[in-house]
Amino acid sequence: MGLSARTLNEEEFFYGHKACAGCGGSLAVRIALKVLGERSVAVLPAGCMSAVGFNFPQLCFGNNAIISTFAGTASMLTGVEAGLRAQGIDNFHAVGFAGDGGTADIGIQALSGAIDRNDDIIYICYDNEAYMNTGIQKSSLTPFGAKTTTTPAGSNIRGNLRPKKNMFEIVAAHGIPYAATASIGYLNDFMRKVEKASKIKGTKYIHILAPCPTGWGTATDETVEIAKEVVECGLWYLAEYENGGFTLNYRPKEFTDVAAYLKKQSRFKHLTEEDIQTVRYSRDAKWEAIYRNFKII
Amino acid sequence: MKPFLRKEIPAALSELPDATAYEAGYLVTKNAGWRNVRPVIELDKCTGCLQCYLHCPDGVIFKDKGKVAVDYDFCKGCGICKKICKYAAIRMEAEK
Amino acid sequence: MGKCFLSGNEAFAYGICLARPQVISAYPITPQTIVVEKLSELVEDGSLKAEFIHVESEHSALSCAIGASAVGARTFTATSSQGLLYMAECLTYASGGRFPIVMMNANRSTALPWNIYGDQRDSLSQLDCGWIQAYAENAQESLDLALMSYYVAEHREVSAPFMANLDGFVLTHTYEVVEVPAKEQADSFLPPFVTENKMDFGHPRNLAFSAGPEHNTAFKYKEHIGLLNAKKVIAEAEEKFARIFGRQYTGLIESYRTEDADYILITLGSIAGLVKEKVDKLRAEGKRVGLIRLRYIRPFPNEELAGALKNAKAIAVLEKDVSFGNEGTVFTNVNSALHKAGISIASSNYIGGLGGKNISEADIEKIFEELKEEKTTIQFLGLGGAEKWVYPQGL
Repeated sequence: MGLSARTLNEEEFFYGHKACAGCGGSLAVRIALKVLGERSVAVLPAGCMSAVGFNFPQLCFGNNAIISTFAGTASMLTGVEAGLRAQGIDNFHAVGFAGDGGTADIGIQALSGAIDRNDDIIYICYDNEAYMNTGIQKSSLTPFGAKTTTTPAGSNIRGNLRPKKNMFEIVAAHGIPYAATASIGYLNDFMRKVEKASKIKGTKYIHILAPCPTGWGTATDETVEIAKEVVECGLWYLAEYENGGFTLNYRPKEFTDVAAYLKKQSRFKHLTEEDIQTVRYSRDAKWEAIYRNFKII
Repeated sequence: MKPFLRKEIPAALSELPDATAYEAGYLVTKNAGWRNVRPVIELDKCTGCLQCYLHCPDGVIFKDKGKVAVDYDFCKGCGICKKICKYAAIRMEAEK
Repeated sequence: MGKCFLSGNEAFAYGICLARPQVISAYPITPQTIVVEKLSELVEDGSLKAEFIHVESEHSALSCAIGASAVGARTFTATSSQGLLYMAECLTYASGGRFPIVMMNANRSTALPWNIYGDQRDSLSQLDCGWIQAYAENAQESLDLALMSYYVAEHREVSAPFMANLDGFVLTHTYEVVEVPAKEQADSFLPPFVTENKMDFGHPRNLAFSAGPEHNTAFKYKEHIGLLNAKKVIAEAEEKFARIFGRQYTGLIESYRTEDADYILITLGSIAGLVKEKVDKLRAEGKRVGLIRLRYIRPFPNEELAGALKNAKAIAVLEKDVSFGNEGTVFTNVNSALHKAGISIASSNYIGGLGGKNISEADIEKIFEELKEEKTTIQFLGLGGAEKWVYPQGL
């Protein structure tokens, strides 16, 4: 039987932090640590989760945890893992929690290096689709159309014009032992993936979509719901990569309305019907590729 | 180990660590003041399904006698628990 | 192993091997490569039991070392020039976190223009980043520094990272006869690394945290005191080293024929060898000249310099560095030591050896010749007499 709310470790490891109310990223970190347990060494780069969890003397991780440089999540994980192993210590998880910017922009080189070496680490990217800690600037995981403080929506440019980088497939292209996508709207799926990753040797990568009410412009109580809806409308998907192949874990029977998903968030308020049609087209193209290349459960 | 509130707040030079390393889970402030509304569990409706406990970003909902209870020291009042509850067993009350 | 014919890089690698680091992370850059190649060989043949991590950049090399140090492992990395600058963010991270990582830096010019040869602008540009900085003169000292570096860095009262600098090519690639100590001797010198500044499953800790305005000064003060404490720990290490290995070093500075010297040249690194020869020749002619070699520049030997220079009539600082728009960085530091000690003598600055430019015996002769004028000047060596700018005349 898979992990569920009933069987999950009751201990809390990420507690008393100063994340915004309704923060999706903190939920991802909290749940992952509950799955991985007390013998986790958490590495968090400069970013939301380190900013809200490590303000001396308010230290919010109950397990061993350290802030890395912004670019250095994966390389520090490598050092932690090698350092413990070199001392004959085993039975632990070196786990990183980096945001979208820390992963897909400034940290991608170190992440690629760690995967190349197949270091025995778990790297979790909590993707809230912009540099939220510094005040909502565009990252390479900001989706098409989103308004951020560096991609303002005006009469000339309507927010971010580039699509989201596909980190899941970039990581898979390394031939990584295990990679997965997840959403905080589907925590049972996420818990299963974290648990699975914890049992695989080598580098593991989990990319979890984690809405940010502050940056997305949603109410604090809508975080989980919007994280479900993004999957239901087909703009995000739950999948795994292992043994060289992709598997789709969940197929919505029928996509819900993309426009409804977008219009709930103030970052997309300015989009025209034409823009929304662009989003639909790119979604459909992605799903065609998924049907072609992924094993569908 | 769950981080918990401490009585001692290191302040003097001699009390501060020599390096940027300190006891894990050392809390000195609460988050209660952030809250405009508070979740109240209606125990007669609560089935103990634990979805609120699972989805709380702050981990402040805990199992209690087959149902759940809230650590109001650290609840920020986001309301995710109320929204996730299929049994309408959580209501949000304004903080006075 | 006894006596071996080794380059500076190889000698340093053997010294590191004797110190038994548990994690080595490095990225190749000329002229550092041989030290990490040698260590790879020593890991491969079983002489050294360490995790050798092939990182994808210098930033990752040091970030990885910090991670390993943060779980209590003894760590080593090596770099040079652009690599040192690329990892600069991690330099203050390592020192601020009080992680006693040892790094060898092969001193090399920094771009632009591109140049792979030796000067000291790379390490001297990072003087303020909280690392102990030592400069070796020869291959034997390189090996010995490698071993002593861990003793100093890991000492409880120091807890600071250690950068050992070897002049690129001139020292890193030049072969000399080097005494390589036995493992047992090295083990009796260097205790295992023990620290509480680590993540530990028995005592979970949160590391590398933020500290706001209220506490930040205290952490920085403690870091400063740690670096100052290195002075007495270096002396302690050298005393123990001499007892075990029979080679006595001289602390933060080496004074060569300075006791009654009127004119003293101050420099650092491998050029000191040539200066010593010149001092001997000038002494033979009856000239009262001497040399001070700065073995360490952080912590800075303020008192030691004041003591050694108090009877001099004039001094010159010869360095392979310039802080553009001012003067050589070492010169600035030396003048500060003189000023604090109330020593008012002429001091001159010679900026030479940039990008590997040879500093000749004639250059050193010129310096000692000009010292007799007891004036303060700042000038570049190596422009072939074409220099327009000489302080204090200006352009």
